[in-house]
Amino acid sequence: MIPALALLLVCQLIGEVFTRALGLPVPGPVIGLALLAVGAILHARLTGAQTSAIEQTRLGVTAQALLGSLGLLFVPAGVGIVQQLPLIGSYALAIFAALLVSTVLTLLVTVYVFIFVKRAIARDPADERAS
Amino acid sequence: MTNPFSIWVYLSATPLLWLALTLLAWIAADAISRACGRHPLANPVLIAIAAMGAVLVATGTPYKTYFEGAQFVHFLLGPATVAIAVPLVRHLALVRANILPMLAALLAGAVTAVVSVVAVAAALGVPREILVSLAPKSVTAGIAMAISENLGGRPALTAVLVIATGVMGAVIVTPLMNALRIRDYAARGFAVGLTSHGIGTARAFAVDEIAGTFAGIAMGLNGVATALLVPLLLRWL
Repeated sequence: MIPALALLLVCQLIGEVFTRALGLPVPGPVIGLALLAVGAILHARLTGAQTSAIEQTRLGVTAQALLGSLGLLFVPAGVGIVQQLPLIGSYALAIFAALLVSTVLTLLVTVYVFIFVKRAIARDPADERAS
Repeated sequence: MTNPFSIWVYLSATPLLWLALTLLAWIAADAISRACGRHPLANPVLIAIAAMGAVLVATGTPYKTYFEGAQFVHFLLGPATVAIAVPLVRHLALVRANILPMLAALLAGAVTAVVSVVAVAAALGVPREILVSLAPKSVTAGIAMAISENLGGRPALTAVLVIATGVMGAVIVTPLMNALRIRDYAARGFAVGLTSHGIGTARAFAVDEIAGTFAGIAMGLNGVATALLVPLLLRWL
C-alpha cells in the first residue's frame, strides 16, 4: 500500500515539475498518469508479464481502492457550493439551463462521433489488420 | 462533567471533526446509492455534498474551517488521477483499437462543451464575466479554475459550475444512453468523462470498468483540449 502510494505521488510530483518547468497547459497529474502508464507497459515488456495482470500487483490494488471511491474526493470542493450560491444570484436559472443543454448536447455529440468513427474504420478493409 | 458546548467549540475547529464527518457522509451516501440499486438520481456525490452543506449551514460553520479538515480527502484527487493509468494499462489493447474514435470524439466534444454553454448562457442574458467562468465547466476543477483565472473569470465560481456539470452528467448519462440504446461502454464512458470530468468518471466506474477507463482517458484529454480551445473560442465572443 505505502510503496504503491509513494509511486503514485512521485509520478504526480514529476508531472507537476515537468508541466511548470515547460509552462504546459497540461495538469501535473495527467502527465503523471501518462508517465505511470508508459512505465507500467515498459515494466511488463521487460519482465515478460501480461499488461492485463497489473490489477493483481500492489499498485493495482491501491489504484482500485482509490478509483473505487473516486466520488468521495469531489465532496470537499462540492460543499463549496454553499458559499458560492449568492455569487450566481439572479442568473441561477439561466446558468442552470445553459449547463443542462450543454451537458446533454456534449454527451450526444461525443458518443455519436465516437461510434460513427469506430464504425467507419471497421468498414474500411484497409484497416482490418488494426483490429 | 465538561460543558457539551465547550466540547463542540473545540471539535468544530479541528480538522478531525470535518474529515470524519466527510467520510461518514460519503459512507451514508454510498449506502443510499447502493440501496437504490445505483439509480442515477441517487448520485452519492450529490447526496454527500447536500448532507455536508446542510450541516455547515445549520451549524454556521465557515467553508474555510470545513476545508481545513476535508482538504486531506481533496488532496487525493491528484494521486487518483495518476491511478487511472492502471485500468488504462489493463485495457491497453482496447484503448489502442479506439485511438481514432477517441481523437475525433475529443475534438467534437470539447468544442461542443464550450460553445454550447456560452451560446445558451449569452442568449439568456448572462454577463460576459460569468460566461468566461462558464466556458471551461466540463474539465476537472484544477484546470478549469486556471483557465477561468487567466481569461478574467472567477475561479471560485468556475469550481462550483464544474461540480454542477459533473453531477448533471453523472445523473443524466445512464438514462440518456439507455434510452438511445447505446451499448458501446467505451463510447458511453468516453462521453461522460469528457462532459463531466471526474464525477462522470466516478459514475462510469460504478457502471462498468471499461466505461470508467475510457471516462478517465477522456477527462485527461479534455483537460488539455479545453485549455487550448477556450482562449481561441472566446476571441469570437
